[in-house]
Amino acid sequence: MSNTGLASFMALYVFMLAAFVGYQVIGRVPALLHTPLMSATNAISGISLVGSLVAAGSDDTVTTILGTVAVAAASINVVGGFLITDRMLRMFKHDPARPAKRPKLGHGG
Amino acid sequence: MAREYFVQVAYLLASGLFILGLKGMGSAETARRGMFLAEAGMLLAVIGTLLQAQILRYEWILVGLAVGSAVGVAISLRVPMTAMPQRIAASHAFGALAATLVGVAEFLGSQGHGEVIEHPKMAALGFEVMFGSLTVTGSIMAFGKLQEILPSAPITYRGQNATNIALFLATVGLYVYLIVVPDAAWAFYAMIGLGLAIGILIVLPIGGADMPVVISLLNSYAGLASSATGFAIGNNVLIIAGALDGASGFILSILMSRAMNRSFTNVLFGAFGSAPAAAALKGGTALPVREVTIEDAAVQLAFARRVIVVPGYGLAVAQAQHQVRELAQQVERQGGEVLYAIHPVAGRMPGHMNVLLAEANVPYDALRDMDEINPDFPECDVSLVVGANDVVNPAARTDQSSPIFGMPILDVDKSKSIIVMKRSMNPGFAGIENALFYDPKTAMLFGDAKSSLSKLVAHMKGL
Repeated sequence: MSNTGLASFMALYVFMLAAFVGYQVIGRVPALLHTPLMSATNAISGISLVGSLVAAGSDDTVTTILGTVAVAAASINVVGGFLITDRMLRMFKHDPARPAKRPKLGHGG
Repeated sequence: MAREYFVQVAYLLASGLFILGLKGMGSAETARRGMFLAEAGMLLAVIGTLLQAQILRYEWILVGLAVGSAVGVAISLRVPMTAMPQRIAASHAFGALAATLVGVAEFLGSQGHGEVIEHPKMAALGFEVMFGSLTVTGSIMAFGKLQEILPSAPITYRGQNATNIALFLATVGLYVYLIVVPDAAWAFYAMIGLGLAIGILIVLPIGGADMPVVISLLNSYAGLASSATGFAIGNNVLIIAGALDGASGFILSILMSRAMNRSFTNVLFGAFGSAPAAAALKGGTALPVREVTIEDAAVQLAFARRVIVVPGYGLAVAQAQHQVRELAQQVERQGGEVLYAIHPVAGRMPGHMNVLLAEANVPYDALRDMDEINPDFPECDVSLVVGANDVVNPAARTDQSSPIFGMPILDVDKSKSIIVMKRSMNPGFAGIENALFYDPKTAMLFGDAKSSLSKLVAHMKGL
């Protein structure tokens, strides 16, 4: 097998482990935060910026054009995604008057 | 060489920070801190990339970054919380567009240098543009439906499923062909074209109420496309971030499907809303509904000890979240207790209702998930249903012939009395009659939720 073939196997390992970690970590996110979660993962997936930057910085005209559009699209997600996630998370407020442990309705007073 | 190491260290740290950031999302107290970590990770990854030797010029990078950041800031500061589902759908389109364009650039680059792309790389590149292109148009369609530029009702026609399946198989066929013959440019572009068409066609028959599943699936696809980009250009941070995004979308899709008691395939090929609209209530006779006046409802709420508010998509449409909170405060001032019952698929995306109520300053301690609150309904004096329909339909428990039979619902019908705020008697999105509305314990309060709620508060103050 060629070297790139073996390299893609390493990449599959990375993918598999990351997917497991993601499944475990995100499985613990409460339903309360599902919208901010979606917006946060959107921002994080704006990491395609990394690939886009390389394309936009090439010396080939067509590649540069495609890359520049990709950089713009990805940075909309990164910048907009993180800003809006924070805007949402700032709205989630804890009521200090309520005990931290959620009492059953009618039993907590 | 030192520079290469620095880049790799930056990517490694970024990957770790992304995971820690998402771990922070495990609770509302740690979520913001988590996001700062993720932001730091992103910054590191970008700086690392900009230092790479492959980057020969910076002027177009700066243009792209400036335009994207400006648009990103403008959108995120202005978009109202009620429009969050549309914004998320649009961002799936942007993410997938970036992945697709990088894929095309990579393919063109190799062709331009007369290189033949190796088979494993072509497998990644093909996957990237196939999922990328269908996510771009699929998300644009979802955006259009949510923004109501397009009709949000399902659009169906004869042979729809057969056409979609045939197109999908053709696309997969081209993909396999490309892996075997990586320099077949025609197949590459044909695959993109088919992908774009499939994205449009699969979202056409999907109605508004199924949007939470579709948005989650598109989230997953956008993540997988990013991850495939990582495989194609040999970049681990892309693989990891894409896998995290993909896993998140996957989990949410499962949760949403489960909350509707339906499978992915049923959502994608079911065209729910096309079910016979006249799935009339037993016998089909027009049962009487009991209407209530604002005055009577105000008295009922003023003397209630335990009130549960059940919000649905109608709350978002009426933008009545602030009025709901005012009403709850009034109930509390008059000695009652108010909780909110949130069904997983209430609204148009996962967690939609929580964000709306948080915006109206409802403390999250008062927001309860379905499983948590269902045992509380029998002790509840008044359940106030604001713009929710299918998620409170007892037919899901009792009527085997109902299209929503088996779907877990909020047990609103078990509370001592129920007030349903509704615009008119039109059946809900799914076109299914709701037995709750004909329950003798139920009083209907017709009209715009926002103005009805304001009137209720005013009357309660006068009591």
